[in-house]
Amino acid sequence: MARILLNDVRKTYDRQEVIHGITMDIADGEFVVIVGPSGCGKSTLLRMVAGLEGISSGTIEIGGKVVNALEPRDRNIAMVFQNYALYPHMTVRENMVYGLKIAKLPRAEIDQRLARAAKMLELEPYLDRKPRALSGGQRQRVAMGRALVREPAAFLLDEPLSNLDAKLRLQMRLQIKDMHLRTGQTTLYVTHDQVEAMTLADRLIVMNSGIADQIGTPLEVYERPASEFVAGFIGSPAMNILTVSVGDGAAILPGGRRLSLPGLPAGGQFRLGLRPEDLRLAGATEGAIPVELRSLERLGADAFGYGVIEGTDVPMTVRLPGNSAAKRGDRLGVLPHESRLHLFSVETGRRFEPARGA
Amino acid sequence: MQRTVFPHKVLPWLLLAPQLAVTLIFFYWPAGQAFRQSTLREDPFGLSSTFVGLANFRRVLSDPSYLNALQVTVVFSLFVAFLPMVIALFLAVQAEKIVRGRGVYRTLMIWPYAVATAIAGMLWLFMFNPSFGTLAWPLRQMGINWNPLLNSSHAMILVVAAATWKQISYNFLFFVAGLQAIPRSLLEAAAIDGASRRHAFWTIVFPLLAPTTFFLLVVNTVYALFDTFGIIHAVTGGGPGKATETLVYKVYNDGFVNLNMGDSAAQSVILMVIVIALTAFQFRYIERRVHYG
Repeated sequence: MARILLNDVRKTYDRQEVIHGITMDIADGEFVVIVGPSGCGKSTLLRMVAGLEGISSGTIEIGGKVVNALEPRDRNIAMVFQNYALYPHMTVRENMVYGLKIAKLPRAEIDQRLARAAKMLELEPYLDRKPRALSGGQRQRVAMGRALVREPAAFLLDEPLSNLDAKLRLQMRLQIKDMHLRTGQTTLYVTHDQVEAMTLADRLIVMNSGIADQIGTPLEVYERPASEFVAGFIGSPAMNILTVSVGDGAAILPGGRRLSLPGLPAGGQFRLGLRPEDLRLAGATEGAIPVELRSLERLGADAFGYGVIEGTDVPMTVRLPGNSAAKRGDRLGVLPHESRLHLFSVETGRRFEPARGA
Repeated sequence: MQRTVFPHKVLPWLLLAPQLAVTLIFFYWPAGQAFRQSTLREDPFGLSSTFVGLANFRRVLSDPSYLNALQVTVVFSLFVAFLPMVIALFLAVQAEKIVRGRGVYRTLMIWPYAVATAIAGMLWLFMFNPSFGTLAWPLRQMGINWNPLLNSSHAMILVVAAATWKQISYNFLFFVAGLQAIPRSLLEAAAIDGASRRHAFWTIVFPLLAPTTFFLLVVNTVYALFDTFGIIHAVTGGGPGKATETLVYKVYNDGFVNLNMGDSAAQSVILMVIVIALTAFQFRYIERRVHYG
């Protein structure tokens, strides 16, 4: 159990900075997900907390102790690797107790912890097998078990589900959530999958090329993305983002259509974000954005229409009811929910604040 | 794995022919000759030979100098099979730790392998020659009465050292490759699990290197038994006395120096049986304990 403090943490490789000062206070027992596209530095950040990468500047504190200079083994953490990193020549049992034996725990204690973890993860029948005789999901559980038995101050998970198929991924996601609720351990979880990020996290760090673009609860991040990058990354299908010029309380869309919206800034060029699920069909109502459908994906409950704003090449995604009669080539008129639009600066990509909740 | 099916029966044989020809002419035919020769006895002038059954084997096996060669071979081979592995493993692990100049270090480590056996032998002979050897002098300064020409232990140390030095490169190469095949995340996991580098080496790295180690054990054994002929020939010529006369050296000595073809052939047959048995033993009993990824 421990609080983790990141204070202006930076990482430099060959004079090139890849992590640009991340500051965060992770409360004891909190589940924090670091999410971002590949190459954004999320794994590097996690490995810095683990002690597998040096910290170029700033400090990391685990449980009130600055760990910058400590070896991984002295940081009292456990980590689950993307490829599981199970010791291939050891049985499941040997894999799980490897760390406990090094810590010279009494035999009875080791057995007890092993039994508890094996039961929780349903690994009892496989304890004497070697990793290669296990399926992907089972290996994943062994990796979790190996972290669990150590009863560390914090769990670090590096894309633990990315090697599993969709069904197992869902199952394991629920299991990880359940495990977190039961153990109440501080957990730091890296993923590029926004569904994992949204469903697991108490709080998210959305990373974009070495910068924490936004830190907040999943709902905050979804409802008030702090940057155009976050807006485009969180939410599926991705948010529609258009360049608009603002003036006289209206936004002029590509194609020339004027959209009268309250709470707009005085003037200038902006990027307007509209989630597909925040667009409602408005027929040929005055002011509706005309969208020409190019293709349609039916998911059962919903359907997503992919098209362009009429007369332009600006793509636009619209959520439609599952039983919608719309088809390719149709022309739809859509209107955004006024309270659910997002404006971003063209230059910085940051959210334009006065537009919030207006 | 892709399976190619040839339309003709002849083509595959044709493609295999060069390799088969080499194997048959240079391996099976001489081996067959050795078998035949080992049952014959030649007259002093080499004009005729008579069939003597197993008499050559009986005489060889009861010859004290043959038993001496056997003993020398056991000592020599044990050292030459294991020493290069130990040293090369140590060097390969050190090479892993180097960040700058790793390529240079590796290249330098591999170079000795390109030195011909006889040249390597001469090199060591010169360096440790008791009268003008560059490295014999410091030994004498340290109070060691270094003289491989007279002292049989010194001679043995010298040939073992030369044969080991020659084989380190090869072992190093394979250990470097073996170490690279171990995923880094395993060592990271061990580091997080609390293992010191030394503990992680013995519990993770060394067991995972087992296939490499086993392979090198087989190769080094064969090397020690056969390929060290050149070194022994160049450095000690089997002496002093017969202190460094290994089985393969004795085969040469009896056959081509003393021209006792029957005895020599019988010895080479026995040597062949020993190597086959040893290799079979290694595969049968040691390989079972080897974990392949």
